[in-house]
Amino acid sequence: MESREDQARAGGLAFQLVFLLFALFLLSQIGTETRSASGGNFAAQPRLWPAIGVGGMLLFGLAQTAATWRSRAPGAIPEMFTWVRALEYLIWFMAYVAIVPAAGYLPSTLAFTVLLAVRQGYRTAPVLVSAAALGAAIVIVFKAGLSVRIPGGALYEHLPGGLRSFMILNF
Amino acid sequence: MDLLASAFLVLARWDVAAALLVGSVGGVVIGAIPGVGAAVAIAILLPATFSLDPIVGLTALLGIYGSSMYGGAIPAILINTPGTAVNALTTYEGTPMTRRGEARRALSLAYSASFFGGVFSVVCLILLSPVLAWIAPQFGSREIFLAALLGIVLVVLAHRGRILAAGMLASFGIWLNTIGLEPIQYSQRYTFGQSWLAGGVDLIVVVLGLFALSQAFVLLVEPDKRSRAGTVAGTLFTGFRELLQNKRVATASSGFGVLMGMIPGVGEFTAQFLSYTYAQKTSKKPEAFGDGSPEGLVASEAANNAVPAAAMIPLLALGVPGEALTAMMLSVFYVHNVVPGPGLFQNHMDFVVALYLALLILNVLVIAFLLSSTNILLKVIEIPTRFLGITVLTLSFVGVYSLRNSAVDCAIAAGFGVFGFILKRLNLPIVPIILGMVLGGIMEAKLRTSMMRVQTPLDFIDRPIAFILFLIILAVVASHIWQSLRSRKRKDQ
Repeated sequence: MESREDQARAGGLAFQLVFLLFALFLLSQIGTETRSASGGNFAAQPRLWPAIGVGGMLLFGLAQTAATWRSRAPGAIPEMFTWVRALEYLIWFMAYVAIVPAAGYLPSTLAFTVLLAVRQGYRTAPVLVSAAALGAAIVIVFKAGLSVRIPGGALYEHLPGGLRSFMILNF
Repeated sequence: MDLLASAFLVLARWDVAAALLVGSVGGVVIGAIPGVGAAVAIAILLPATFSLDPIVGLTALLGIYGSSMYGGAIPAILINTPGTAVNALTTYEGTPMTRRGEARRALSLAYSASFFGGVFSVVCLILLSPVLAWIAPQFGSREIFLAALLGIVLVVLAHRGRILAAGMLASFGIWLNTIGLEPIQYSQRYTFGQSWLAGGVDLIVVVLGLFALSQAFVLLVEPDKRSRAGTVAGTLFTGFRELLQNKRVATASSGFGVLMGMIPGVGEFTAQFLSYTYAQKTSKKPEAFGDGSPEGLVASEAANNAVPAAAMIPLLALGVPGEALTAMMLSVFYVHNVVPGPGLFQNHMDFVVALYLALLILNVLVIAFLLSSTNILLKVIEIPTRFLGITVLTLSFVGVYSLRNSAVDCAIAAGFGVFGFILKRLNLPIVPIILGMVLGGIMEAKLRTSMMRVQTPLDFIDRPIAFILFLIILAVVASHIWQSLRSRKRKDQ
């Protein structure tokens, strides 16, 4: 069985190659995506710092790829599958972002923490209650307590007068 | 004396006191949870502090920064897992002591050494303030450019064994910072015609993605872990007595912490390594190191706790952050139109001293909290890692969304979260990206303004401080090349 270090080493080369391709793409676009002003101080050229950044990415990237190539290990695919697994939680996060303006911060957060706890394999009542309490505590501390800028949900518009304002302001 | 009085006045507010308390206790708790760390907490809390006064926001963030390493020592000693990365050396001595049944002694010694390191560094900085106030105004554009360049060089070279990757990622950070409308010719750079890229990539969004979201993904994807920390019986005050027996090591280690903290890009790891090596080489029992040596524990904890206060020096005096946490704090200054740098020392010295005093009070609050509440704190170590992942992911939303209520920001942060996740899996460093972004921006602006006043390249270093900085950069690069050649020669033999 491969250790995590072996898997990471295997994934290293794949990452390097993608990074290098990205740097090459940026280099190919430097003429159209940056401007070079005629004459004047070279330090004020809009193209100078993008060129330094992309140049460094290519230079160090090539050297790092060569070093990674020498110590490459087989089995990049399982490691890349692990990277893809992170995408699932990216989707969870973006779904949460999409739901908050519609359902409101408190209901969305309660649903998010409890459902994510279920997805993580927690099934017992104490853990699920803890997940709900966590969601409620975060909303109370940040929205009601610190008044961070998170708009009230569209759903709150259907609540009666006083409760509507209270929910929009605090939850 | 007047300066101290006005600094106390800056702090004498209920909201500053609350921020100190929340920051210090919160920092200890966060530090004690393996897998979270101060960087994640500061990234999440940053946007929430924007609506607060600069002194309140900075005090809370400083509280987390300064106290997380205290908390990080607890799991390092009790369960052989450092709470924060910089407590790694503490495991070498703390865990064997716990195995010998000396957990209370190890914790007590770690707390007292941390307290000594924290207070030592703040006292040093208060004493150094007049010198800094004299030196800082002598830094013009070209000196700040060279200091930022030195910062980048040191950050890259500090990643031993991963220098090429650090250089590649620092360059990526420099490129990221150039995206959007540039301020001189008002031309678009790498926006590909997309209006949402015209304003550039927000540093906070990148920080939240790379630190908070990536850590949430790591915790959610990897197998669930739950640690058992047990309880600690008896008083924790005895460490102060034992610290007195190790005062030479404690003082030298704190000195290393202050010195390394002041140099951009170096920080806790180098300070700890130097202190630990010094303690071992000068010890009467060097063979005990790695097997539960109290001296080693003192060296590790005193050194890393002396760094946070010192790390504020390049930020406050020059506006040049030396590592990721101070880079995040820089954004708090910018949001409030407070420009850190020479002007801050000249015009707002009371603000600077108030921050140092806040750090001093913070150390007292933290030690009082730890001495009275360690057993309660041990419960947080037992939180399952996947549940922590849910917590960090939910909190990350507050951080990103509250900035501008923008779903695009959230998508960018999530993208950087996956990128950070891959970097963490591959054991590649994240910090160079952040410093590349921050220092790249500083270098671009300062090079532009300084080149207006120079005729030839040599004019760039014709002032004493600029010349010294230039020599330091050359020396650092030359010494690295020499060391690399020497180690290669040794390997060949």
